[in-house]
Amino acid sequence: MLCSICQKNEAKVHLTQIVDDKMQKIDLCEECSKAKGVTDPAGFSLADLLLGLGTSQEAEARPAAKPGELTCPTCGLAQSDFKKSGRFGCPQCYVTFAEGLPVMLKTMHRGLRHAGKVPQAFRVKREPVDQIKLLSRRLEKAIESENFEEAAQLRDQIRALKQQAPSAS
Amino acid sequence: MPGDLQQFLSQPSEAAARTGPLDRIVFSSRVRLARNVQGFAFPGWAKKPERVRSLDVIRGAVEQVAPMKEGFSSPMDGLSGLEKQILVERHLVSREHAAKSGGSGIVLNRSESLCVMINEEDHLRMQSLRPGLQLREAWKAIDELDSALESRLPFAFSQELGYLTACPTNVGTGIRVSAMLHLPGLVLGEQVNKTIQSVNKLGLAVRGLYGEGTEALGNIFQVSNQMTLGESEPEIVERLNKVVLQMIEHETNARQKLLEEKPKVLLNHIGRAFGVISNAFSISSKEAMNLLSMVRLGHDMELFPDQSRALFDELFLTTQPAHLQRGHPGKLGAEERDLLRADLLRERLQGVSRPVVPKPPSPPADAAGSAGIGGGI
Repeated sequence: MLCSICQKNEAKVHLTQIVDDKMQKIDLCEECSKAKGVTDPAGFSLADLLLGLGTSQEAEARPAAKPGELTCPTCGLAQSDFKKSGRFGCPQCYVTFAEGLPVMLKTMHRGLRHAGKVPQAFRVKREPVDQIKLLSRRLEKAIESENFEEAAQLRDQIRALKQQAPSAS
Repeated sequence: MPGDLQQFLSQPSEAAARTGPLDRIVFSSRVRLARNVQGFAFPGWAKKPERVRSLDVIRGAVEQVAPMKEGFSSPMDGLSGLEKQILVERHLVSREHAAKSGGSGIVLNRSESLCVMINEEDHLRMQSLRPGLQLREAWKAIDELDSALESRLPFAFSQELGYLTACPTNVGTGIRVSAMLHLPGLVLGEQVNKTIQSVNKLGLAVRGLYGEGTEALGNIFQVSNQMTLGESEPEIVERLNKVVLQMIEHETNARQKLLEEKPKVLLNHIGRAFGVISNAFSISSKEAMNLLSMVRLGHDMELFPDQSRALFDELFLTTQPAHLQRGHPGKLGAEERDLLRADLLRERLQGVSRPVVPKPPSPPADAAGSAGIGGGI
């Protein structure tokens, strides 16, 4: 078997790794394995090596999208590119490829709607009533998970809101 | 701000001396956030000139925020291969990031508790690292850094999907909460697979020492969340915290069970490990890790009463390939490293007395009394 890198010498170092349930194999001659620092199986990852191999070809040599294929107008990523890499090209891709998104996200996540932190710039002023409802839900969850520190903070926030808008209680 | 990374980083002995709650079993806690900046393609799709531009913008902003002041900042092509590998061994950057060069960079804070990888898979991968079980504290620290950054960088965000990431598996909170655990008791008691399976059922991942696709060397495992959308950050942190506490309990029980049912088997592992590691003349990094794990377990069982655990933790770090290479001018081959590693271990373990023979277990009536659950374990 010839070395996967130089294609000249007999491969003496054979590596196999399982990443995300996919098996990756690479065969190297002694020189190339030394050049790549693959001398200690504990000290490197195939991914690095494969990434390293690919850096010169990466992005610069993109195959053109098939005619008629859905392509992101902002970054030019085609549906087939996404299928291959599992990665989007830019934030706008989430809009471009929105149609198939929920089905995919369902297999990956607990929900389909963001329930976490919101940057200041995106925070909309909520009506106090809605805010109290939201906080009460979080309070229940905090108590459930025995996170009493957070629960106490939430309780105080709810109390303060209720004082501002007594009709809500 | 770029300077000598090796001068900037703490000595391994200092790094190993950091302590935190429950650090007998939990090496460290980590929270990572993935963020992207509007107006740039994601790093994996952007061409190099665009990555260089986004790196400039992002690095400039990160260097300026209060938590990162007086830190270390460098583009990846400003670091040598050795320096990058040292960062991986310190768990400050991912292996994937260490493989990058132009158009990527890192910013590290003065205390090495916060590290921002720029143009890894996402524009920003920022992480907060703490010794022992401190997931809530780690989340708080990274939340603060994130809030400080959002006024300087327009993050890509959607009301419905949250923070937008290159890979849809990270969309939403972009959070990965993880703890690194030392589980020799579960491994020796052959319960570790069962434990991993039940943790997997909760939607959490268990990985080896260096994250995705790596082996659990030295009985060290990383537990982390996988799902990032549909739950708030505190909910994710709390769930992981709860699971880690349960794993600590399982590990403690497994150790206790081994000690009660097969004390000689357990002591045999530890005694032999100490014998080999303190007397070998050539030892691979993998063997060293596995033996150190046993010796560390022996320390937990008070078989090395005069020794601080920091020494063993330091050796976990200094026997790694890049840390061994430090201070040696020519590039060492694997065989040379094995010799050097053995020399280091013999020298550092010279003053450590061999494991003491523990007192025979006290009669059951007594055991329930003063020692409490787990005794010295």
